[in-house]
Amino acid sequence: MKNKETSSISGAEAVIRSLLEEGVDLIYGYPGGAIMPIYDELYKYSDSLSHILTRHEQGATHAAQGYARTSGKVGVAMATSGPGATNLVTGIADAQIDSTPMVCITGQVASHLLGSDAFQETDIIGISTPVTKWNYQITKASEIPVIMAKAFYIARSGRPGPVLIDITKDAQFELLDYTYEKCKGVRSYAPIPTLDTAQVEAAAEIINKAQKPMIIWGQGVILGEAEEEFKTFVETSGIPATWTILGLSALPTKHPLNFGMVGMHGNYGPNVLTNQCDVLIAIGMRFDDRVTGNLETYAKQAKVVHIEIDPAEISKNVKADFPVLGNCKESLSQLTVLVKHKAYNQWKQRFTDHMKIEIEEVIKGDTLPTKEGLTMGEVIIGINKYTKGDAVIVSDVGQHQMVACRYAEFVQSKSNVTSGGLGTMGFALPAAIGAKMGAPDREVLAVIGDGGYQMTIQELGTIFQNKTAVKIVVLNNDYLGMVRQWQQLFFDKRYASTEMTNPDFVTIAKGYHIDAQRVTKREELDQAIKTMIASDQPYFLEVCVEKEANVFPMIPTGASVSDIRLK
Amino acid sequence: MSDFTKYTISIYTENNVGLLNRISAIFLKRHIDFISFSTSQSEIPDVFRFIIVVNMTESGVRKIVQQIEKQIDVIRAFYHTDEETIFQESALYKVKSSSLFEERQIQNMIKDSHANIVTVSPEFFVIEKTGFRDEIEALREALAPHGLLQFVRSGRISISKEKMGISEILNTFNHKIKTK
Repeated sequence: MKNKETSSISGAEAVIRSLLEEGVDLIYGYPGGAIMPIYDELYKYSDSLSHILTRHEQGATHAAQGYARTSGKVGVAMATSGPGATNLVTGIADAQIDSTPMVCITGQVASHLLGSDAFQETDIIGISTPVTKWNYQITKASEIPVIMAKAFYIARSGRPGPVLIDITKDAQFELLDYTYEKCKGVRSYAPIPTLDTAQVEAAAEIINKAQKPMIIWGQGVILGEAEEEFKTFVETSGIPATWTILGLSALPTKHPLNFGMVGMHGNYGPNVLTNQCDVLIAIGMRFDDRVTGNLETYAKQAKVVHIEIDPAEISKNVKADFPVLGNCKESLSQLTVLVKHKAYNQWKQRFTDHMKIEIEEVIKGDTLPTKEGLTMGEVIIGINKYTKGDAVIVSDVGQHQMVACRYAEFVQSKSNVTSGGLGTMGFALPAAIGAKMGAPDREVLAVIGDGGYQMTIQELGTIFQNKTAVKIVVLNNDYLGMVRQWQQLFFDKRYASTEMTNPDFVTIAKGYHIDAQRVTKREELDQAIKTMIASDQPYFLEVCVEKEANVFPMIPTGASVSDIRLK
Repeated sequence: MSDFTKYTISIYTENNVGLLNRISAIFLKRHIDFISFSTSQSEIPDVFRFIIVVNMTESGVRKIVQQIEKQIDVIRAFYHTDEETIFQESALYKVKSSSLFEERQIQNMIKDSHANIVTVSPEFFVIEKTGFRDEIEALREALAPHGLLQFVRSGRISISKEKMGISEILNTFNHKIKTK
């Protein structure tokens, strides 16, 4: 028999001890009525578990996401019931579509009040169901250890994702007999499909027959911690490799077999040649519509090998002729043994030729501009000069995001943090806080547009309070630039509600005691970036860029990848 | 356009609060309506079974079953055509008692359609009929002129001809956990 007197603790304390058991040392959140017992325990455990108070619950989720993306660990966010819980939803949806491991804990009204429309009651289980990998409402303290263990297991295993645990206030107060056991499995859930050697052999056979093969890798390589196996596979096979926006940084930007980005604002060659390759090897990616353009004309000539952990992604958008289900770390190791090396010189030359055209038509103008207005591209190139590709770049959503992903250099993995699938404006500032805390020894730069910056600008308070040494670069064109670009190209320049009258961002940053500088001229840019990078404090840099510049290349919505426009 | 066919989706699940919401959300997100829906205990203790009938393309139903199976609390999901299953629906019809005695053909209708009288009271009587949708509908249409006070039809229940193998899946899991 267990000694009830010594092992009996409150549900709230059980939550904290469960977090510690799961190796959590940092959580993001915002207190409120229905979660006060847990915050009271946090106060007692503050030596072993840090809590970062964000300025809005949405910020807590994005910070947890940023933390997860650079550390590879599960991010944790906490909020109270009602509005606290609903404010988490955007971040949860973002984590779901970008497969980010996250556990959210929400307080809930006492169980006897459920369904009574009590103060700050909301059905967060119902609301979060479509955007969580799993969710659960705890009404009895005795459920806490088992459910917390299950939550972390589900969030981090297989294809990762967000889990929400809603805990009624009475369950937080209630006493339980506490013992903790890590979750070893859930009988209805097989996180990693068993690798079928026959599938690997079939894939290897078609790859070895290919004359013009091409790899598109996605975030699965990073989530599967398969960067080394992937690099070995690429080098062993000699196949040109291209990436989706979330796959960026898994292979160094300057690797000789890295040929650039696919998708709507990706590189010219990878998009055009998608429709010329004979074997398309997709690794840990899901053929998002921003990658494929019109599916009716996407890679129809190619045999598709799809290396993927999630069975639901096989033949979802693009038919997989050779699916390889499993963890890509293992699949790629097995595949590497079976593939033959070829030089593919003529085929690679096609990528190089397309790149020459893109340099002339697009990249020169973006990065070595001769016109007066500053370009977003030259800012990113300027950042590369001082970071040497070793920084984490957190980008928001819009033109600056595409430019950052096109031009930022990366030498190591887990360095590109951006909201890919959901396209959440306001993501970058709070995500940068988490990214810095997840990789405290690394330089972390947030590159944000003037629109997205103002969606979560209050997180400057979190940066100031915690002295989080993130570098914030706002590329200000006084427009919601990407929407304006679409209005210019597809809506006859009717700029409906896209022009912004902006505040003095430098004064705002200084109001939070953050060093700040504004650049309006090209000759000031280099020194400003140098000063920012040299700082060991939080730093804000506003760069006023050309107001009506466009991001190219571009695949218009509904067009084929091979109809990518250079202007 | 692709061909739409009637498919029966069978889902074996854990019995968790909220799972119904999670499964219906998968259909809602894709703007797909159910033709019928039912849920019950399955042949395995603590394992529930959903039967959903939809009108979809083969590729559409395959993708939706993959999405359903992806849910943590779903053990397995299958889809079948009508030819691959044994299926039935059940219905109750409430009729005024006076018409039973005054209109002789009602008794013949009940007999001919293999329906049963469940209960009789001075005011009304209740008929039960189990069978295919068109048989149930035919009886409803036949009874309607005689004053149908209430009518209700269940969702489809269905058993597949092929083996589902749920117990094997659960046994394999239990074995793996023990050997961990």
